[in-house]
Amino acid sequence: MAELTYREAVAYGIAQEMRRDPALVMLGEDIGPAGGVFKTTVGLIDEFGPERVRDTPISEQAILGAAMGAAMTGVPVIAEVMFSDFFAVCWDIVANQIAKSRYMTDGQVSFPMVIRTANGGGVRFGAQHSQSVENWAMMIPGLKVVAPSTPQDVVGLLAAAIRDPDPVVFFEHKALMGTKAEIPDGEIVDELGTAKVLREGSDVTIAALALMVPRALEAAERLAADGISAEVIDVRSLVPLDTRSLLDSVAKTGRFFTVEENPRLCGWGAELVSIVSDEAFWNLDGPSVRITTPHIPLPAAASLEDLALPSVDRIYETVFKSVDRGSGA
Amino acid sequence: MPTDPRYDYALREPRLPPAVDHSLADAPIDLDVRLEMYRTLHRLRGFGKRAHDLFLQNLVKGTTHLSLGMEAVATGFGAAMRPHDYSFATYRGHAHSLARGMDPGAAMAELLGRENGVLGGKGGSMHLTDAAKGMMGSYAIIGAHLCIANGAAWSAQMRGTDQVAVAFFGDGTTNIGAFHEALNMAKVWNLPVVFVCENNLYMEYTPIDIVTAVDPPVAGRASAYGLEQILIDGNDPDRVYLTASEAIGKARSEGGPSLIEAVTYRSGGHSRADPGKYRPAEEVGAWAEHDPIPLYHARLLSLGVAEDRLEAIQEEVAEVIDSATHVAMAGAEPGEASLMTQLYADGGSRWRN
Repeated sequence: MAELTYREAVAYGIAQEMRRDPALVMLGEDIGPAGGVFKTTVGLIDEFGPERVRDTPISEQAILGAAMGAAMTGVPVIAEVMFSDFFAVCWDIVANQIAKSRYMTDGQVSFPMVIRTANGGGVRFGAQHSQSVENWAMMIPGLKVVAPSTPQDVVGLLAAAIRDPDPVVFFEHKALMGTKAEIPDGEIVDELGTAKVLREGSDVTIAALALMVPRALEAAERLAADGISAEVIDVRSLVPLDTRSLLDSVAKTGRFFTVEENPRLCGWGAELVSIVSDEAFWNLDGPSVRITTPHIPLPAAASLEDLALPSVDRIYETVFKSVDRGSGA
Repeated sequence: MPTDPRYDYALREPRLPPAVDHSLADAPIDLDVRLEMYRTLHRLRGFGKRAHDLFLQNLVKGTTHLSLGMEAVATGFGAAMRPHDYSFATYRGHAHSLARGMDPGAAMAELLGRENGVLGGKGGSMHLTDAAKGMMGSYAIIGAHLCIANGAAWSAQMRGTDQVAVAFFGDGTTNIGAFHEALNMAKVWNLPVVFVCENNLYMEYTPIDIVTAVDPPVAGRASAYGLEQILIDGNDPDRVYLTASEAIGKARSEGGPSLIEAVTYRSGGHSRADPGKYRPAEEVGAWAEHDPIPLYHARLLSLGVAEDRLEAIQEEVAEVIDSATHVAMAGAEPGEASLMTQLYADGGSRWRN
């Protein structure tokens, strides 16, 4: 057992896979001697050398293009996009090239690659360095999309993403970087497309992702004190999506809530709510409710950002009121 | 009728082709290579003209971007590349695909949206790909594929092969950011990649020189990336072949990237919807006189190749194109069985359990 922070878990997971596969390489801005701006790649260049841990210019199109070209010619690769907001300057490569090329060529080419990126708010970086954009990736056919909430999931899901033959966008949450957990010894490999029930409950289901997971868990604790038993599911993987775990949970609880960091419109929770509505309608005892960031850019001031992001208070109150109203009390 | 060239580009001064460099007849190129290039020129021309005809018959849907008049670039590079080298093209990729050995029937069937198309009908005219032949794709949003070609070159470098990646693009691509990102990274990483601009003088419908800070648009920027200025007659197959061989050889021997500007001209418009009326008549006429096929025909005659030998090649190629058309038209339209396949590596498109 070793205690690792979320940020250390990234380098730990990458190192595990680079030791296993000598062909695996990575590239990105400041990932070498600097160890990454979030210190998620510390030590990798020392162990694997500058040929396998490549510093790049500030050229996101060149980074992802190089990753795509390497992957399609047989070299598995991890590309880092420093902040997920920067996807906006290289989205052509992600959405038009990487995601579509297998389908357009009827399977002639494969893309064994992972695009890692620092996602999400809570660290007062303002609107261009705080967005939660996993829903951008989710809506593009051809990508797989993962967002871990714990150090162990970082290691395991990163390994699964690297070993997956398809392009995976891997969202690391900035505000979780300092969280710590014990990591078991030995190789850790998880499975994409699997959600995790982190707290069992019988009254409501709360589905959350990344930073929203610990907040949902804390809210569930408070709800329990009020006699409301909340089941908390860490969605972990948006594509593939573990709908079975969600539907099974709703069948048990009869109420469905999502906690999303995305701005309101077209957040991933909308898709989950739609699936629940289509396939578990007769299990529902009340409306499904999305708890999201309002439809605004994320403000910089601490007080404003805290108001915008779904908080433990807001999750607790939303669920409590909704259940309270539903019970007719 | 406007008389101001700002309102009608056809009224501008014509941009005329260079004089044919007859000394290229003495270039050290094997006659077998030259005859093969002659065959390739006709194959690419025949395919393009047939694609145009089938479009007019409403058999090729959507759009299609032909390389008519520009075939010497694909021809010269196709002859200079080895089978394991990588090609990356734009939406104007038919000629480059055929020059790397794509089966013309499978290519034509793809244009027609048939099941026996090289992409099963899923890609279409703008995305021709034949990875087994080193034709790594046709990319229809300009710029990206220069970055992707870097990746293939980087991969070859890491794997220790002597493969070279070649990215073909138009003059319009020189004004998009990815062009500059790609050149910088290629130089810094000393990648075995060759960037080849087919400068046909028009970005689409607009003359490239009026939207570009430097003229010529590629050679004029080479020094910004520590690269040599290479500006050639892109309609002379021998010149293209020699330039390609040198750049590819340099890349193969760890000499790094090259940037080539091959000046050429499309005899038609940008795409099927464009009659190309924005070009001065004198310019169109002068470039027609500088067409690569009669140019190369004359070159081969001057080298003592008999006319009937060249005619025989043309006849063989005509049969290939007819046969390709037949194969394509006989193909079925793809159905539901393939709609949901090959999104992911497991062969399917399942995104949930």
